[in-house]
Amino acid sequence: MTDVSLTPATQGRSLWADAWNRLKANKAAMVSLWYLLFMGVICIVGPWFTPHDFTTIYQDYTRVPPSLEAYPKANAIDLAVKDAVKRSRLDLVGWQERDGKVFITLTSAKPIDERVTRYIDRSDVFEGAQISEKSTDGMTMTISADVQKKYFFFGTDNNGRDLLTRTLIAGRVSLAIGLLAGLVAVFIGVLYGAISGFAGGRTDEVMMRIVDVLYSLPFIFFVIMLVVFFGRNFVLMFLAVGAVLWLDMARIVRGQALSLKRQEYVQAAEALGVSPGGILLRHVVPNLLGPVVIYMTLLVPQVIILESFLSFLGLGVQEPMSSWGVLISQGAKNIPSATWLLIFPSFFLTTTLFALNFIGDGLRDALDPKDR
Amino acid sequence: MLRYVLRRFLTAIPTLFVIVTISFFLMRVAPGGPFNQEKGLNPIIKANLERVFHLDQPLWKQYLLYLNNLIHGDFGPSYNLPDFTVAELFADGLPISIELGGSALVLALLFGGILGIIAALYQNRPADYAVIATATAGSTIPTFVIAPLFQLFFALTLKWFPVGGWGDGAFINKVGPVLTLMLPQLAIVARLMRGSMIESLRSHHIRTARALGLSDYSVIIKHALRGALLPIISYAGPAAAALLTGSIIVETIFSIPGVGRYFVEAALNRDYTLVMGTVVVIAIFTIVFNLIVDILYAVVDPRVRYD
Repeated sequence: MTDVSLTPATQGRSLWADAWNRLKANKAAMVSLWYLLFMGVICIVGPWFTPHDFTTIYQDYTRVPPSLEAYPKANAIDLAVKDAVKRSRLDLVGWQERDGKVFITLTSAKPIDERVTRYIDRSDVFEGAQISEKSTDGMTMTISADVQKKYFFFGTDNNGRDLLTRTLIAGRVSLAIGLLAGLVAVFIGVLYGAISGFAGGRTDEVMMRIVDVLYSLPFIFFVIMLVVFFGRNFVLMFLAVGAVLWLDMARIVRGQALSLKRQEYVQAAEALGVSPGGILLRHVVPNLLGPVVIYMTLLVPQVIILESFLSFLGLGVQEPMSSWGVLISQGAKNIPSATWLLIFPSFFLTTTLFALNFIGDGLRDALDPKDR
Repeated sequence: MLRYVLRRFLTAIPTLFVIVTISFFLMRVAPGGPFNQEKGLNPIIKANLERVFHLDQPLWKQYLLYLNNLIHGDFGPSYNLPDFTVAELFADGLPISIELGGSALVLALLFGGILGIIAALYQNRPADYAVIATATAGSTIPTFVIAPLFQLFFALTLKWFPVGGWGDGAFINKVGPVLTLMLPQLAIVARLMRGSMIESLRSHHIRTARALGLSDYSVIIKHALRGALLPIISYAGPAAAALLTGSIIVETIFSIPGVGRYFVEAALNRDYTLVMGTVVVIAIFTIVFNLIVDILYAVVDPRVRYD
């Protein structure tokens, strides 16, 4: 008898490793994945690094267009000086700018109160105003103040809030809502669909009729009723949105469960005496996960669109919080004069939706076993 | 066939009944009422109003009353637009919504269909990729982004079209709303058509037709297209029902006096009759178009028979 050399068994490729390799080969999906990651990071971390807070109102900078240069622009300083002086009810003699400081010379018929510097400080353009010169009769005074350099890369909105910070905060909200409501929908849908599919028979019949009836109700009616019930409460509302979107998931999972139940390998496992829990873990869950993951990635953009849609109607996220839908609806109302209010949030929303869709398509190709 | 249609109409009645019942009670469980205003109405006036509209009666009585009126074709008065009945509001707005939605649907089916066929015939070539790119863009960018962008570029910058308004139905006023309504539908139709056409072109009867030496035109239009139409038809049914009953977004952005706006406004104002009217109209449209889809199935696919 000759020795049979035992070659080591080749490393088996799991479903997931296989899918990951296929996904890696899909350029559009990989670019989208990186883009989405990038978007997530800048939306979460970004607002801490932008120079403005998303609620801060700069009265002197309402609706300024986006610019890479610092504000104030040259002629804006002039305006700001005149504005501040007008409020102080004093007469302006003249002003000049020297290395980041302005020197404003004021005069009045009466001696000038020293607290006048507050009027200068109150402007968003200046800070640290102090008296540098004072005439002996106290009727002429020169005040020096630092010019505050402010950057508004995306411009500001009607109230003078920085659009860059608001867009990032809005992204945080939109993405979080997408994920949260998506998870709720998947959880309810999988549970409902799996029970319906595995129970079968009469239970299945009744459970699916309920889904059919819910389907035939106008969807937006349902959502509005939920909004009415839960009020404009942020978290509750999106749990509600998730609770509306589970219907498709339930149908998909039920179909899968029905067909899985009749697969030979499941029957074989049953015949071999594998416990139901074992069958569930070894055969059912891995086979359900594919469609669930695919559907989830396609559900997230749907939720984001739905949230934006509700916000567009004024039912969603409330001020001063913001979401991409809120920003777009404000932008749509301001298009003749302030196009950037529409363009930037639209760009962020649309590219994110594209990325999510490409990832969903990529996952479908990667996870669909029939495609091999 | 006639018998089948009749039977379908009869089965539609219980469906409609269930929808009406659920919406009626869902609406009433929600807190608030049509005459709860922020300022607070004089309680005597409020009581009078509620008596006139039978809102002071027990819920089950109101429900039976509403059902009775509905069977007699009476949708009731609108609570928040007190000069109009719900039927009048629909008579004014529905033709406008139907015209816009119908045009958008027809154009989407026509151009989406043509694009899908072109993509299928030139599969994996530049024309195909162009169609796929258009379809992806069209189905990804939401309407509430497309509509203001359309206004920005075509109305405000290029000044080709008015920004909004109905203009007594002038053609130029319809371009924007129809295009924005059409684009997402066109994208989906093109994608569906491409998929089913590719499959259809691979089937045996097409190979046979080609082998028999039929012209390209005859093979593609007469034989392949017919087999590829089924998914499009089943998509077009629900899409038609949704489009013809008006879009909230498009009608709001373009200031169109259709019926799409009523739903949200009415639900928020607890205008019970108007909400119920909208629910019933949408349900009827859905049922009718699903029936049309099933009949068209039999027309397109001779294997489908309804006896």
